[in-house]
Amino acid sequence: MQHLLSAADLDREAAVRILDTAQEMSRLTDRAIKKLPTLRGRTVVNLFFEDSTRTRTSFELAAKRLSADVVNFSAKGSSLSKGESLKDTALTLEAMGADAIVVRHPASGAPHRLATAGWVSARVVNAGDGTHEHPTQALLDAYTMRRHLGDLEGRAVVVVGDVLHSRVARSNVLLLHTLGAQVTLVGPPTLLPVGVESWPCRVSYDLDTELAKADAVMMLRVQLERMGASYFPSAREYSRRYGLDDDRLHLLPEHAVVLHPGPMNRGMEITADVADSPRSVIVEQVGNGVLVRMAVLYLLLGGGDVEDRG
Amino acid sequence: MSVLVRGAALLGRQRADLRLVEGRISAVGSLSPQRGEQVLDADGLVALPGLVDLHTHLREPGREDAETVRTGTRAAAAGGFTAVHAMANTEPVADTAGVVEQVWRLGQDAGHCDVHPVGAVTVGLGGTQLAELGAMADSAARVRVFSDDGHCVFDAALMRRALEYVKAFDGVVAQHAQEPRLTSGAQMNEGELSGRLGLVGWPAAAEEAVVARDVLLAAHVRSRVHVCHLSTAGSVEIVRWAKGKGWPVTAEVTPHHLLLTEASAASYDPVFKVNPPLRSEEDVTALREGLADGTIDAVATDHAPHPREAKDCEWAVAAFGMLGLETAVSVVQQVMVEPGLLDWAGVADRMSVRPASIGRISQQGRPLAEGEPASFVLLDPAATRTISAVETHSKSRNTPYAGLTLPGRVVATFLRGRCTHGATA
Repeated sequence: MQHLLSAADLDREAAVRILDTAQEMSRLTDRAIKKLPTLRGRTVVNLFFEDSTRTRTSFELAAKRLSADVVNFSAKGSSLSKGESLKDTALTLEAMGADAIVVRHPASGAPHRLATAGWVSARVVNAGDGTHEHPTQALLDAYTMRRHLGDLEGRAVVVVGDVLHSRVARSNVLLLHTLGAQVTLVGPPTLLPVGVESWPCRVSYDLDTELAKADAVMMLRVQLERMGASYFPSAREYSRRYGLDDDRLHLLPEHAVVLHPGPMNRGMEITADVADSPRSVIVEQVGNGVLVRMAVLYLLLGGGDVEDRG
Repeated sequence: MSVLVRGAALLGRQRADLRLVEGRISAVGSLSPQRGEQVLDADGLVALPGLVDLHTHLREPGREDAETVRTGTRAAAAGGFTAVHAMANTEPVADTAGVVEQVWRLGQDAGHCDVHPVGAVTVGLGGTQLAELGAMADSAARVRVFSDDGHCVFDAALMRRALEYVKAFDGVVAQHAQEPRLTSGAQMNEGELSGRLGLVGWPAAAEEAVVARDVLLAAHVRSRVHVCHLSTAGSVEIVRWAKGKGWPVTAEVTPHHLLLTEASAASYDPVFKVNPPLRSEEDVTALREGLADGTIDAVATDHAPHPREAKDCEWAVAAFGMLGLETAVSVVQQVMVEPGLLDWAGVADRMSVRPASIGRISQQGRPLAEGEPASFVLLDPAATRTISAVETHSKSRNTPYAGLTLPGRVVATFLRGRCTHGATA
């Protein structure tokens, strides 16, 4: 693995390797001293062009637990607001000797450019680019589902909401398909991308029907701004048709879990009761995020066996 | 002094010698060199009337960092062009007689090819108030083509008035057909790929809706409308339908829309970012067929130079547009001539005769015959070349064809008997 730009970069073997490594990380960090010396002397730069305290903190913790030197480079609005260009930022980081660059950017494909334009020799990890992908989120979702459901082969995962603007949905469809799960996207037709019928998943407009068959349901954040652009008529109508409330929670099979990539709009796509219910694994997702990001950084920068290096 | 061009295949057909005297073709046929005459051996070369581009961004005044009239027209001559239409989206905008005359004079001074400024339809390309179209038409630049290219003349009432108004001087409104509300923030063709790449889509319907409206308006007011850079199969259908009714509609297609597809966007390399965007395979096929059957009148380059930093960045931030002048005829040879969709006479028609007619340029797009202006291009169709971004006469390097091997080479370009590129330039 040279870079992690898209969930499509991972075949089944590579994906399972990351998930298994994350599990190993879980075991090794489940002790008083959480730190492993694996990436000592390596520099990981968190290059964030968008505010995202949770993702940045997660990557930061992951790198620190592997003993890497971590630099947070916040370049909010950089080239989009005519500040320093992505290229110049990249050249700066290259000159500083970054071994890995974790990049969050509002423009789809920016991590791709960073990895392929010849500006840097560092490994690039996509920490969310525009409305394109967020592969480590998909990995932590898969990790979380695996913990509750076991092997995901044949498992039914329903992803609900604003798929059109969701990098989480894109990465999840790709990764879950690779892992053998059956993904169904549910949302108003306005929030499903053109061409979605050729994605490796099913599409439905009817949430209630899908919930009864689901092993896991993932609620996507829906931004209220979308209402202004006529993607749906009102927040209430959205919640009624596509929100997860107590009534709908009861449609789910006993073993099914509820996920949300965060940050949640309580009362919009998910009610507070559901978010805080025992079926919800939303808080657990956060902890798992650190583990899969440790695994990704480790495999990109270290390689080899965790035990040997640890 | 005269020049004898020996053995060129005129329009790719019969071989003949051409004698050039004082800017004109003085004789055609089997000619013997006269004493002191300069002889150019054109054996194996194809002679076409000098190419005429309806759609060129020369960037001057305002963006001389990207291109100047001098560098852009030098690139044009290298591409076999003897006339270009300089688009109006300069800084300041070419919306007054003063600016169009400036561009026209810069073209005259450079001397590489004729420069016909396009006048803006609306003041500042703002889409709300008609520019002084008559003043531009009456100026030394004799503007006949009017366009807000880069912006759509979206207001239907304003478009109607513009179409009516230019009738007074036999002008044409060249429309950049793009429904603005359907293309807000658009980055690439809308389809399965845009959804996958997370890039905002530019639906074909946003072009077709405006093309449909405009052909109806042109028919209603009986004035000429020209569709710039037509890019979808649906637009081809609409223009074919309108022409079938005898309506005064013409259309152009760019070389890049004839060769490349949206698949290039998967690289996120902004060198492939252009407006209208690269489309699907089906669209490309329909565009080639439309050009072959004459539904599409002209190949126009939409040569759009940009400085390096405008492309050396994220896709969403990058400028729209790509170079085209120096590669146009090679692309047309590859996609039209080699598959048998057009012969060289057809290329002459689509790249010289019809564009000159649409622009109302009487001294271009003429037959290669005695007494005609000696403005023509000599091509070597047997040559091949690998395109390099740095080997260009343009000031910019944003060619999407870098690394591709394309057929054909412009050996020499003549403008009124004077060699502007190649052999003896």
